[in-house]
Amino acid sequence: MRDRIGVYICHCGGNISDVVDVERVAEAVGKIPEVVVARTYVFMCSDPGQKLIEEDIRKYDLNGIVVASCSPHLHEKTFRSAVSRGGMNPYVYEQVNIREHVSWVHKHSPEEATEKAIRLVKAGVAKVSLARELSEIRLDVKPTALVIGAGLAGMRAAVDLAKMGVDVHLVEKEHFVGGWIAKGYKAYPEGKPGSEVIRELIEEMKSGKIRLLTGAEVLSVTGSVGNFQVRIKVRPRFVVGECDRFEEAMEKCPVEVDDEFNEGLRKRKAIYQIPTYPELPAIDIASCNRCGECVKVCGEAIDLNQQSEVVDIEASMIIMATGFKPYTPKEGEFGFGRKGIITLPQFERLLALSNGKLTYDGREVRDVAFIYCVGSRNDEHEYCSRYCCTATINAALAAKELGIRSYHIYRDIRTYGKYETYYEDAGKNRMLFFRFTPDSPPEVRTEGEKLLVKVRDQLTFGEEVEIPVDLVVLVTGMELAESEIYGMLKIPFSRDGFLQEVHPKLRPVETAIGGVLIAGTCQSPKDVMETSASASAAAAKAATYLLKGYTELEPFIAEIDAEKCNACEDCVAECPSGAISMSEIGGSKVAVVNGALCRGCGACAGICPVEAINLRGYYYDQLRKMIDALLEV
Amino acid sequence: MPEPKILIFAAEMAYRAADQAGLMKAWYPVATYIVRIPCTSMLRPELIIYAFEKGFDGVFVASSGPDCPFLGESCVGKTSQRIEKAYELMKGRGIEPERLLMSGVCSTCVETLVGKTKEFKETLSRLGPVKR
Ligand code: SF4
Ligand code: SF4
Repeated sequence: MRDRIGVYICHCGGNISDVVDVERVAEAVGKIPEVVVARTYVFMCSDPGQKLIEEDIRKYDLNGIVVASCSPHLHEKTFRSAVSRGGMNPYVYEQVNIREHVSWVHKHSPEEATEKAIRLVKAGVAKVSLARELSEIRLDVKPTALVIGAGLAGMRAAVDLAKMGVDVHLVEKEHFVGGWIAKGYKAYPEGKPGSEVIRELIEEMKSGKIRLLTGAEVLSVTGSVGNFQVRIKVRPRFVVGECDRFEEAMEKCPVEVDDEFNEGLRKRKAIYQIPTYPELPAIDIASCNRCGECVKVCGEAIDLNQQSEVVDIEASMIIMATGFKPYTPKEGEFGFGRKGIITLPQFERLLALSNGKLTYDGREVRDVAFIYCVGSRNDEHEYCSRYCCTATINAALAAKELGIRSYHIYRDIRTYGKYETYYEDAGKNRMLFFRFTPDSPPEVRTEGEKLLVKVRDQLTFGEEVEIPVDLVVLVTGMELAESEIYGMLKIPFSRDGFLQEVHPKLRPVETAIGGVLIAGTCQSPKDVMETSASASAAAAKAATYLLKGYTELEPFIAEIDAEKCNACEDCVAECPSGAISMSEIGGSKVAVVNGALCRGCGACAGICPVEAINLRGYYYDQLRKMIDALLEV
Repeated sequence: MPEPKILIFAAEMAYRAADQAGLMKAWYPVATYIVRIPCTSMLRPELIIYAFEKGFDGVFVASSGPDCPFLGESCVGKTSQRIEKAYELMKGRGIEPERLLMSGVCSTCVETLVGKTKEFKETLSRLGPVKR
């Protein structure tokens, strides 16, 4: 029991004291037996305000502190530090919010607001009177990181980390790095082809600090921040050495399959290469018929019997850069599946493959209709992928250089910020815009060689128009790319199905899983610039932990009272992070918490039938005493 | 009757919404007391009952909804289980189910928080004090 509590009530200039009678609050709480000193001060967060706490702690030998002021989100850290400097445990401190939750919302009823403030401060005192001393969980950290996914985000994060002296394992499931950006025709805003962006990153990657594993997938992750053990399976590439006749081998290979890199618009051989990195072909063994033609050309450089390898690595932090997949329209959605109806990523590849002339299915393309928001902003995907408007207009402008006319059939256009000029340019280039509403979507039908797109145009007050085109491009948004790793790491998903950050503004690249950060489009739809920025942010964030040599986790984790536990194991199943296990203690089975894994949700405490579990910092006896205090008259 | 007393258990995101409500000077009933918790999955049904027994007229469990930084989507399910249990316990004690409210409140969902609290107060005024 803490019986020497100091209470500090802040005026916040007049933000609080103009409404709440702070003196009366001080007087009222001053009467609580455990309260030794109760003061008001004009700005508690100022240096003199903080000094006041420090000095009082020594002068009155305080063992608990309450500050009633603004939201703890603003100054909890400030006051905890002050409490620490005063020589007390920083967790025997409570911040009561009488600004956002009282003076600002009840400014027209100062009398009631004052009474409410008194009750809230009393509850704060009640909580502190039962507070336990807590300490951060300290973990040693070696400067090693695992980055999952070698697209733009993963490569950017890996390069940034390596430059800061961190050893990086970069794991890519494909046999080549580059991801989606490598396929891009001209990335906006500077018009650089995606392949070039990748090439520059690859140059930066050759620092020796980055160990790249391609054809690799994560099999399991154990441990926790500072100490992840990761088991990785590396699928064979079957190309094991250098040879200057790879081109010839690829020619000789008799197997032809759809080329994913070209979005199925071209064929490739079973031995294939894409223009990124490594500059070494790979054999896609699923389609290879093992005829040995390539071996005849390249000899020992190819080993059709190469086996997969299992690699174990250690990493202190993990950056998720698993990226997105474009929404795939359903068969028949705007005619998808029929000839001439393609997606935006396919159109990007068509552009990249064009040689001064855009052809599709052997015929030259002159007119293209873009249908926006396909698979976006509907019941299935409520969100807007936001990158796709600009990407489409950017692609249409590039197509314009090949003499292509484009028709944009949209719901809303979002070419925000720097990209608004693209929309303007589209208008200047005589591109035509038609606007539809979700209740009357455009229809696509085929007539001979032509495709006809019918739209009820809102810009001309509902006039129906039918546009004949050679190609219909469905502008598809982003979805999270599939990966087994999310489940292994137990990362929470957002309502849009992407990976969830802790807080979009305050902790934008962290997840609820300690030591697991997110970069790029696995977090939400992003364009190239935003992806790079978020990857650099994740790298910087990781580095602050990795380079310090240790990390400290907040102490608000579950605590199990072994005396009370009846070993029912309910908590084991309830815990989302596998932090609880059963253990033998003094001859009986009890539940124990792994502090490094616990994320502090308290789900286990909520379900335990005998209240054997408490969440540190939110002990149930504290909460009950707060309730009592709130109702005292 | 005097103003009904409302206890809000506000999880991380809901607490932020309440801060935001302050910033926007959005009014809600004065006799509303917000207690901060990390995640509503920690709420023991017994604690909810305790609040009623001690004299709160209504308990509003404001979870972070699917934005929960700890549990994501699964927060709603886990919290609902606690609430279901609490309803059972309330039934046994003759406490009207309308006195317990649960809602997901995202960090910017000021309108949800404020609107629901106002409505809740109306309901509670209609019900009168808890029979104890
Ligand atoms: S739920 Fe409670 S009683 Fe059951 S094992 Fe866990 S701590 Fe022990
Ligand atoms: S608080 Fe409990 S349920 Fe939540 S992560 Fe920790 S041990 Fe698991």
